[in-house]
Amino acid sequence: MSFEPKNPVVKWVDTRLPIIGMLHHALYEYPTPKNLSYWWTFGSLAGVMLVVQIVTGIVLSMHYTAHVDMAFDSVEHIMRDVNYGWLMRYMHANGASMFFVVVYLHIFRGLYYGSYKAPRELLWWLGLVIFLLMMATAFMGYVLPWGQMSFWGATVITNLFGAIPVVGESIVTWLWGGFSVDNPTLNRFFSLHYLLPFVIVGVVILHIWALHTTGSNNPTGIEIKDKQDSIPFHPYYTVKDLFGLGVFLIIFCGFLFFAPNILGHPDNYIPANPLVTPAHIVPEWYFLPFYAILRAVPDKLGGVMLMFGAIAVLFALPWLDKSRVRSARYRPIYKQLFWIFLIDCIVLTYVGGKPAEEPFILIGRLATAYYFIHILILLPLVGLYEKHKPLPASISESVLDKKTSAEEAGNA
Amino acid sequence: MLKLIKSLSAAVLLSVVTLSGAQASGGGVELKSVNWQHTGLFGTYDRAAAQRGLQVFQEVCASCHGLKQVAFRTLQDLGFTEDEVKAIAKEYTFEGGPDDDGEMFERSGKAFDKFPDPFANEKAARASNGGAFPPDLSLIVKARVGFENYLYSLMTGYEDAPADFDLTEGMNYNTYFPGHQIAMPSPISDEAVEYSDGTKATVDQMSKDVTVFLAWAAEPKLEARKHMGLRVILFLLVLTGLFFAVKKKIWSELK
Ligand code: HEC
Ligand code: HEM
Repeated sequence: MSFEPKNPVVKWVDTRLPIIGMLHHALYEYPTPKNLSYWWTFGSLAGVMLVVQIVTGIVLSMHYTAHVDMAFDSVEHIMRDVNYGWLMRYMHANGASMFFVVVYLHIFRGLYYGSYKAPRELLWWLGLVIFLLMMATAFMGYVLPWGQMSFWGATVITNLFGAIPVVGESIVTWLWGGFSVDNPTLNRFFSLHYLLPFVIVGVVILHIWALHTTGSNNPTGIEIKDKQDSIPFHPYYTVKDLFGLGVFLIIFCGFLFFAPNILGHPDNYIPANPLVTPAHIVPEWYFLPFYAILRAVPDKLGGVMLMFGAIAVLFALPWLDKSRVRSARYRPIYKQLFWIFLIDCIVLTYVGGKPAEEPFILIGRLATAYYFIHILILLPLVGLYEKHKPLPASISESVLDKKTSAEEAGNA
Repeated sequence: MLKLIKSLSAAVLLSVVTLSGAQASGGGVELKSVNWQHTGLFGTYDRAAAQRGLQVFQEVCASCHGLKQVAFRTLQDLGFTEDEVKAIAKEYTFEGGPDDDGEMFERSGKAFDKFPDPFANEKAARASNGGAFPPDLSLIVKARVGFENYLYSLMTGYEDAPADFDLTEGMNYNTYFPGHQIAMPSPISDEAVEYSDGTKATVDQMSKDVTVFLAWAAEPKLEARKHMGLRVILFLLVLTGLFFAVKKKIWSELK
């Protein structure tokens, strides 16, 4: 189905700028494996959330004031006086959480099915870059309402850069634009918080470009071999993604309309006060695993390095995982390790939200150690020694196998 | 599909457990729990209670605490008429001006004004309260772990300090305040206000009423939010059902 427009206007445009042909290509000609499960919906959900954040964010910016004396009250003004301001603000605040939920599921999907392996290394890297940019964006966004957690979270996190030898202090002063988190800090965070999502859009475009070059991975982890294995994206995956979107929106709206503050921290409804330190400074839930890793090391510099290292090692994954088989479906040992790793990450999240006292310190250290052991030691070893299950000859064979075994089970 | 739903619900459950565990901090004392009319899917604010709560706030709390995010006009949400709101606003004076001669003057409150702060600034507030600062109450219900239940427990949690407790001079013992020493003396005593609707003004009653009022002050759009939420979710359920049917249909044509 190559693109031969009949409509003269479309034709006129397309001979000058082949943009419609490009979209046509992406929707109709881009061959998609026919066996993608619902775990493949989270990519498009992440795209939807990015748009939701940008749209609500632009509306919020029309009413928000980035000044230490006015920011908190301007958010309350949005909540009380602006028509549907409460809706925009709760959508944006809960939307950030939902965005992370979706992206975390998207990442773990990649880990399970080995989507980071050749030839998708750049695709994986671009995804991690998006993840890093998201973290920066969300961190700075959380500072904007200028509540107690905004202020103290910003103070703790920016102070981390002070751990860098020699230049640390100067870097922190430079980040703050002064000698503490103050008005210049709030202003630059707002500016960057507005900017970075559009940088994310740019990287997302590269991410999708890379995806369309290598093609989607799939639950079997084997590549498309012939026409039998693939179907056009539209209408099959558009409608499947729409159904997934519907389910997701119901969950999102459950939080948004019925528990909009459950994912936040009560302290952020107290205006920022540099003279009063909250009893426990905790970041938003999506940062907790990294916060736990940070605090697992008694040394500040060590903690910071380990925290950044936790993401850095993910970049090396395509080379650390030695197995030639992608999907955990055919990797009995890796499959077990995957679930243990997932539990380890949940433990880290839990510990990150707890005060730095026993037994949480010990649990945090063990979980941190395991995080790195999994990626740096177990993954390469398992790849070398694991005996994988026989792979199906093709995607369509695996689909057929599944169908017949389901029918047999039904007949029995 | 079923597997996905199972794993997703397991993940949601797990994370809720993780988060609730992660956030359960506070004084460590279990709060009293009240079944508030405005919680739950369909809950709405108890108007009568909130109106009585406004009275408690005005007659008791307002001498020390501000409520600066709340505009008088929004009191109409609680069932006050426009005239009643104007009358409430009029009880307060504000600085107006400058007039044509450049002079500032005093004027009475208007519906668009917000509740004025009782003190000129934080220093003045501290000076009158033995060095402690009475926080603005506009968001207090959302700003404490335990929300409504915390405020209600705090109001009703004043007791004599246990014999072995080292209470600082000028402080008061409260079971539910973190550390148990609070600078605010028990604000509510029996018959502290006289309710016009005949409700008996017990400490418990007034505490509940002022809590409902302050819950509304913190989240005035709660009812609009839930109302919209139910409709949106109902709509999404239908739409998602349709998507599911269409998906089934389209995929069934695939061999
Ligand atoms: C005599 C002045 C005074 C009156 C009247 C008063 N308060 Fe307070 N309130 C204070 C002071 C002072 C504090 C600060 C206490 C501290 O930090 O130890 C305070 C603190 C509070 C807190 C915050 C507790 C916390 O968890 O930090 C709440 C809630 C509160 N008051 C509610 C009320 C309510 C409701 C009323 C009316 C029923 C009221 N107060 C009447 C002086 C007062
Ligand atoms: C990657 C996408 C984005 C993420 C993850 C994100 C995240 C956040 C978070 C966590 C908050 C704090 C919410 C709160 O607790 O109140 C916030 C606030 C804010 N964001 Fe964003 N944001 C994104 C995009 C944007 C964009 C594109 C804009 C502007 C065009 C924007 C404008 C704002 C404004 C004005 C606030 C302050 C108001 C408030 O706190 O509710 N955001 N953001």
